[in-house]
Amino acid sequence: MTRIGIIRLLVIVAMIGALELACRTGLIDHRVIISPSEMASALANLLASGAITADIERTLGVIIMVIVLSIVLGFAAGLVIHALPRVREALDPFFATYYAVPVFIFYPVLIAIFGLSPMPIVMIGVATAIVAMIIATLNGLDRVPRVLLKVARVHRLGRVATAMKLQLPAAAPYLFTGIKLSVSYGFIAVIAAEFILSPAGLGRDIADAYADFNNRRMYALILFLLIIATIVNAALHALDMRWAERHSGGRP
Amino acid sequence: MHGDLHARLAGVTRVYPGAGAHPPVHALVPVDLELYKGEFFAIVGPSGCGKSTFLEVLAGLQQPSAGTVTFEGKTVRGEVADGIGVVFQEDASFPWLTVWDNAAFGLRRNGIREAEVRRRVEDALAFMGLKDFARAYPSQLSGGMRQRVCIARTLVLQPRLILLDEPFGALDAQTRLLMGDEVLRLWRRTGATVFLITHALDEAAMLADRIGAMSARPGHFIEIIETRWPRERDSTIVAEPAFGKITGRLWERLRGESLKALGHSAMAPAAAAAE
Amino acid sequence: MTATRRAVDTLVLVIVMLAIWEVLHRMAGSTALPDPVTTMSYFLHLVPSPRFAANAAATLLAFSIALVLAYAIGLAIGVWMGAHRLSGLVGEPILVAIYSLPKITLYPVVLLIFGLGISGKVAFGAMHGILPVALLTMGAIRAIPPVYLRSARTLHLSPWQTIATVLLPAVLPEVFTGLRIGFTVTLLGVLLGEMFASKLGLGAMIMNAMSLAQSEEMMTVAIVLFTFAAIANGVLLWIEHRLHRRV
Repeated sequence: MTRIGIIRLLVIVAMIGALELACRTGLIDHRVIISPSEMASALANLLASGAITADIERTLGVIIMVIVLSIVLGFAAGLVIHALPRVREALDPFFATYYAVPVFIFYPVLIAIFGLSPMPIVMIGVATAIVAMIIATLNGLDRVPRVLLKVARVHRLGRVATAMKLQLPAAAPYLFTGIKLSVSYGFIAVIAAEFILSPAGLGRDIADAYADFNNRRMYALILFLLIIATIVNAALHALDMRWAERHSGGRP
Repeated sequence: MHGDLHARLAGVTRVYPGAGAHPPVHALVPVDLELYKGEFFAIVGPSGCGKSTFLEVLAGLQQPSAGTVTFEGKTVRGEVADGIGVVFQEDASFPWLTVWDNAAFGLRRNGIREAEVRRRVEDALAFMGLKDFARAYPSQLSGGMRQRVCIARTLVLQPRLILLDEPFGALDAQTRLLMGDEVLRLWRRTGATVFLITHALDEAAMLADRIGAMSARPGHFIEIIETRWPRERDSTIVAEPAFGKITGRLWERLRGESLKALGHSAMAPAAAAAE
Repeated sequence: MTATRRAVDTLVLVIVMLAIWEVLHRMAGSTALPDPVTTMSYFLHLVPSPRFAANAAATLLAFSIALVLAYAIGLAIGVWMGAHRLSGLVGEPILVAIYSLPKITLYPVVLLIFGLGISGKVAFGAMHGILPVALLTMGAIRAIPPVYLRSARTLHLSPWQTIATVLLPAVLPEVFTGLRIGFTVTLLGVLLGEMFASKLGLGAMIMNAMSLAQSEEMMTVAIVLFTFAAIANGVLLWIEHRLHRRV
């Protein structure tokens, strides 16, 4: 590990250690924040007891569905829009503003239409994540260097072969950025929705634990979600870095 | 033969301290140089030989690790002396200011009257051929024009010693020759001492009164060549036989150094075969 | 020619969106989703009402305070991490990791610390906004071309003059992008906070309307927020383009 990596690790350990100390010595009220070691043990117990396994499956299942749908549909939509410049121009202001507005304020409307099934959550999640994928796809296809298309013509490749052999690999780094964002937004949207609206799932569990003053359970669940989210994001980031080395020119 | 002494470096070295596993870098071994008033001096040498370090030490942007630097009789110490102007290799034009405001930038800080500012800026822009672009922004101009903006910005301060660090490095060969003409005009007009760094042998041979050929790192002067060109010269002297001789002599002295800088020994093919 | 074409295309887009709305309305029924016309008339009667004004004021207050905090803290962190190389290298991945976390999971913690009043919403909103401001400010400072600093020295600028006349204009475009994104996510944080645990504010209004099955109110408030965010972002984006165009 690099020197900076070591320093970073020490900083993180120091911060957790400080929190632990502050909680143990009573500097921080036990009813507000419990010590990290207690959070960890509470989580271990909770997982071992199997009490939240169903909820984990439900939440993660919804998140995965959201991510897959967003990536596939987003990419497809991006391909289509890229091929229709006039449609793209018309949609441009829409895309530019999309992430500026709080889309989830329409959550309740979706609940009203679709009821309290996982459906509205999936829809909200996809609605949040798909535009990032579309924008990334459009960007990636834009950035395919013109000279590659000329090479394709010199080698007499057809449209599909050009797309598969040249455009897709050339656009890949940007597509990957889209995937990263879709994953991140998918996580955030699903958990936020569960928090506020859902009858089941980890988000709702946290809300319930909070309402019941059950700090141990609440922090255990929060810790669990944070760990999962961090691991997934970190893994994608590591992949991204490895790819960046190969595609050193033209990184987003 | 030479004019009065304008600046001098005596026994100057510059060592960059090592970081972590890297050993210290000796950019310059003891270098001595005397610059005379009103002359045009060029340094040529391979990449990484320490030319830019030399310029920055002379300008006062860096402190030498040993030795002294004097300008107009006073020691140069840690800050850029009054009367020294520097044009850097990279584009240093400020994108948020117009060409006019870029040129006026240094003047306004120094509390000069607005009328005088206007006069000097107009003069400099006209001299650099930028009069019609006074209201344009650097992003609207080509690389060569942006460099001219930087030169104008230096000109208005009426420097007595002008340091140019590979100012035309990013330009194509023909533009460079034309810019060389501009620098010569500048030199004659201002009567300043000009110190130019370049990696292009022909540029040095055409522009300078004296050329310092610098070795690969750690940098020192292998030879100082006097060109004996007339003051009223321009890029057409590339046709003179003397030009070819000077360029040839420079390459003769520098070819081995350039190979060293590239990481080969002078006997590269044989050595590689012997491995 | 292209300007009119663009206008026509936008109009077509708006009509398409209204059409989709109408179709969804037919599918879902009035209690779930009112049609555009009904929503419009409800809008005209709700927005001028004192009840709406009170809620809007509450949200605006919380948002303004959160924004000022987010900007101040975010800029401070960004400048520090941008100027101090080691801190930047160590801290950036940490900030980036926090940025991609579902911060809503931390909302209960925020409530426990700050309580149920306006402080909770403000803290939650600020939490969201600090990160993009800090990250983009840091990036902007690190991207300052070193030749600017050297030029400032050759032009004999004092340190303060260097900061004010060279460094500040150089970082302004990217810092402004951070401020714009910070605006968006701070609003998001404040609204989320209201939707989860508040009695007052536009987010709370929506949740309240949902529990009372008042779909026109839900849609109206949502549209108001939507329009506000869109216009604000549009203005900020316009300014940002003006700043970036020069660089």
